Amino acid sequence: MSDSPIWRRLQPIVTAALVVVLLGIPLWLVVATAGKSQGEAIQPDLTPPGHWQLWANLRQVWTEGQVPGAFLGSLIIVVPTVAGVLILGSMAAWVLARRASRVTAVLYALGISGIILPPAVITVVLLLRQLGLAGTVIGMIGVYMGIYLSTVIFFVTGFVRTIPEALEEAAQIDGASPFAVFRRIVLPLLRPVLATATILICLYVWNDVFYAFFVIGGRVDTLPLNLFRVASAGLYLNNWHLIFAYVILMSLPLIAVFAVAQRRIISGITGGAVK
Amino acid sequence: MWFLLPAYAVLLLFFFVPTAFNFIYAFTDWSSFKAAINPVGLDNFTQLASDGTLFRALRITVLYAVLVAIFQNLFGFGLAVLLERDTVVNRIARTFFLIPVLMSALAVGYIFQALLKPSGAVDQLFGIHYAWLADTHWTIVVVALIHAWKWMGLSMLIYLAGLKTIPEDITEAARIDGASRWRSFWRIRVPMLAPAVTFNVATALLGSMNGFDIVQATTGGGPARTTEILNIFIYRTFGQGLFAQATTMSLVLFLLVALMAFPVIYVLRKREAIL
Repeated sequence: MSDSPIWRRLQPIVTAALVVVLLGIPLWLVVATAGKSQGEAIQPDLTPPGHWQLWANLRQVWTEGQVPGAFLGSLIIVVPTVAGVLILGSMAAWVLARRASRVTAVLYALGISGIILPPAVITVVLLLRQLGLAGTVIGMIGVYMGIYLSTVIFFVTGFVRTIPEALEEAAQIDGASPFAVFRRIVLPLLRPVLATATILICLYVWNDVFYAFFVIGGRVDTLPLNLFRVASAGLYLNNWHLIFAYVILMSLPLIAVFAVAQRRIISGITGGAVK
Repeated sequence: MWFLLPAYAVLLLFFFVPTAFNFIYAFTDWSSFKAAINPVGLDNFTQLASDGTLFRALRITVLYAVLVAIFQNLFGFGLAVLLERDTVVNRIARTFFLIPVLMSALAVGYIFQALLKPSGAVDQLFGIHYAWLADTHWTIVVVALIHAWKWMGLSMLIYLAGLKTIPEDITEAARIDGASRWRSFWRIRVPMLAPAVTFNVATALLGSMNGFDIVQATTGGGPARTTEILNIFIYRTFGQGLFAQATTMSLVLFLLVALMAFPVIYVLRKREAIL
């Protein structure tokens, strides 16, 4: 805001203090509690554990908390969902961006309405039952795709409009089929926006528990569903050390992805929002 | 044109059809206790309205959404202004503030449940004894603050991007014309953030109306159902097998979001146009 000399000195101190208070305390609670024994963790507080047993707790959660199964469940849902929405969404967005007509305008409005409108969680379960997909991975993927296609269509259509059409026209004149034009020319150009969409949708789907509860609750396990089940079933009651060990295990993959692709994520998230 | 087909087929099947079902099954007696589903007209609505559930849930949801939008934007804006300059400290701090955005909302809820236990870590820090999550008046504010804490990093990023788009020479010109730092900040830079404000307020409002995880993990809708937002109600009644009631509330949520989305976006866009 200002660049007065006093503020220039103070600002890093204020920043550091804010980080410690707002983030340090909650995150320290997670790590410290996850490193404690059950007896120490019954009343979670900020004292460091008398004896660190973080590794042992993580291993206990890993084996007793059915983490590998839930991890696999999360993966077989997240990966096809993301691949599916990216491919279908960018195919549709390409057409929507290139053909300006009343029909495509209406289709675009319908296509992005899902960004704002909440999905019908109860009746989708009924529909899946009628389709014979209730409680299946395929049903869950379909529901997620229905929810997040709108995000992809929104981001990619905006992006396609900014790239010149000349390349595609040249390829068409050279006799390339629409499919070849899309795969060879459009898709590679979409890389940055697809990277953003991948991150956003991974984030939503990886962490979702609400939709998963209705669609596959009790049938297929995912990491958040598993956490939700064990934490609310009282199984982990007074087992804060295990809950937080689970939280660490579950958050690590996303934080690792973030650490690797930080710059791209930040520029991607912000690029679409302020135009 | 057929590139549109797969995406819109998925959208139709998994998004629009369930939404249409909402408008049908909200007027039936669908439940897990009966085999047949019969139309009952407006019975679900009159029943939910007469015992006060409908309006209470609506009021709590809107209050929650407004509180989250206010807090999240205040925090995000404050952080963006604080961390605007590109120094090493600021860059590290920004990364830290993004960690909650990546974490699962459920995990965030459990962390704060542990922090805010009566005579838990926060009470120990302040040397008081207060049940933060069991106050029938103030707990909704506490939960909204937690929600804002989780998402403030995202708002911060978007405000930062907004601040970056403002050309330096405009502020400089104002300074040369004799405007104080304070004045040139509030009168010139803040109004130019309008697109970022639109995006942040709209996403915070509409996103928190569709919230679930944080409320469920901290209070589960309590104490005395004072934090029972629509999705918590839907989750609870679905668990009790009262599918028609849950569907009715799902329809109410849909209509609420749809009705609020248009004016909110319209008003914010208009403000943008004036500025």
